[in-house]
Amino acid sequence: MKILVCISNVPDTTTKVTFTDNNTKFNTAGVQFIINPYDELALTRALEITEKQGGTVTAINVGLTDAEPSIRKALAIGANDAVRINAEPVDAYFVAEQIAAYEKAEQFDLILTGRESIDYNGGLVGGLLAEMLGIPSVNVITSIEVENGVATMERDIDGGKEKVSCKLPLVASAQKELTEPRIPNMRGIMAARTKPLKVVEVSGDLKTSATVGFELPAAKGGVKLIPAEQAEQLIDLLHNEAKVI
Amino acid sequence: MILVYAESIDGNFKKSTFEAVSYAAGIAQSNGTQCVAVSIGNVDDVKLAELGNYGADKVVAVNSAKLAVFNAEGYAKAFATVAAAEGATVVVVSNTYSGKAIAGRVAAKLKAGIASGVISIPNTSNGFVVRKTVFSGKAFADVNLTTPVKVLAITPNTFDTNTFGKTATVTTADGGLSDADFITNSVEVSRVTGKIPLTEAELVVSAGRGMKGPEHWGIIEELAQVLGAATACSKPVSDMHWRPHSEHVGQTGITIKPNLYIAIGISGAIQHLAGVSSSKVIVAINKDPEAPFFKAADYGIVGDAFDVLPKILDAAKKLKAAN
Repeated sequence: MKILVCISNVPDTTTKVTFTDNNTKFNTAGVQFIINPYDELALTRALEITEKQGGTVTAINVGLTDAEPSIRKALAIGANDAVRINAEPVDAYFVAEQIAAYEKAEQFDLILTGRESIDYNGGLVGGLLAEMLGIPSVNVITSIEVENGVATMERDIDGGKEKVSCKLPLVASAQKELTEPRIPNMRGIMAARTKPLKVVEVSGDLKTSATVGFELPAAKGGVKLIPAEQAEQLIDLLHNEAKVI
Repeated sequence: MILVYAESIDGNFKKSTFEAVSYAAGIAQSNGTQCVAVSIGNVDDVKLAELGNYGADKVVAVNSAKLAVFNAEGYAKAFATVAAAEGATVVVVSNTYSGKAIAGRVAAKLKAGIASGVISIPNTSNGFVVRKTVFSGKAFADVNLTTPVKVLAITPNTFDTNTFGKTATVTTADGGLSDADFITNSVEVSRVTGKIPLTEAELVVSAGRGMKGPEHWGIIEELAQVLGAATACSKPVSDMHWRPHSEHVGQTGITIKPNLYIAIGISGAIQHLAGVSSSKVIVAINKDPEAPFFKAADYGIVGDAFDVLPKILDAAKKLKAAN
């Protein structure tokens, strides 16, 4: 069983987001980067599956050298090897194309991604990648078991849950409940230093989009405080002033 | 021609579907072209024709026994086949779980640039630029799609449903499907009934660690029920299993955009605020006057949730009884 896990390198969740260059670039100064939390769940679940039934887990990232600490962390958590496709991850289409090209050459049984990256919130790589590979895709999975070449999964749907089964290969994207993330131990961190991290050059240069600028949300006008003893006034204000109830 | 995915659940269109149709019809109108809605699965003709009210000039229905339950491969192929046949230049879906499940596949089939989480109409004065939420609500990005065909996944509860009062012509198509397009099997579907799904809710009552334990959630649920709201919670609360993960809003949970978000006993950490800051009206209730949530809120009450909530619940009941 060969599992490919797509890893995105994203700013830590506590990051205060600011921009530079006339609001056209994300300001990375002082920002701590981490493995996208949903990707980390995908990686952990992949390890649980291969530990139980044998196989290997490869972590793949589309990014520049600054993504390597996160890739090394994926190796420290337990991935057998890693691949970095040496390019700026411009958009979901580009990232999916790069990963698809690698997958076609190497052939995996299962490809896991996070539900979305917490920076650009696209949530699109899984579907794009699966279509490019001509294989099924199941998004927002909260569980996955693999037996005899068939994956059984639960996924979130609008207003509920669905249980689906699908024969491999397939692409699935991890939702929060999938598993608990693993903290790398000292042995893992030492081992990660010598595990293979292959750097691959890009294939193709199809441009489908460009980010032209960023903006921060407008600050709130200030809070209207209601005395706790007259808390019931809130309902009147929401009804007559804000007109939301 | 502007094509829109008319998403349905159990034969019914959702509010987000009407929003998407109106959005697509608006683009069609300003471009002097037609708006075509595509329904996949079993929806009756009366409901299909009703999409004209929201701006569809034509409705293409793709239906077969295999399409009775959602399937990303089959639905995406059927939708993309109609898009190609109709010569769509802009393709619109809702940014829902199923909308997103097909969006990427459709974009790859049509070799189309794609943006999800879209919160603006396209600005075509210099390219084709749409605004989307990034960093889970901490910022917005303007994205220029440069391909001949574009796919947009628009955020629910962002755009109004407009009444165009058109009569849509209803046609059918087979979507070019074969058995090979249905590798994923749906084993079981369970939808929560009698509760409003958080992702679609216009009103949300949310609570955090200030509630001190899961046994105190009764009043949160009762307030939500009286207001017709969904319930949500903070990350620590779902991490401690006081509430299900599906209720966790924030940067690593769900990002929501309701008309009203009431945060009770939630301090307002930056990760939590990211997930709710686009809410139209925010109420913070916290006993700590220094809680960061007050800076992000429109209305605030500094007080103990256990003293304040009964008063609010009582007033909400009176309001509902009077209306």
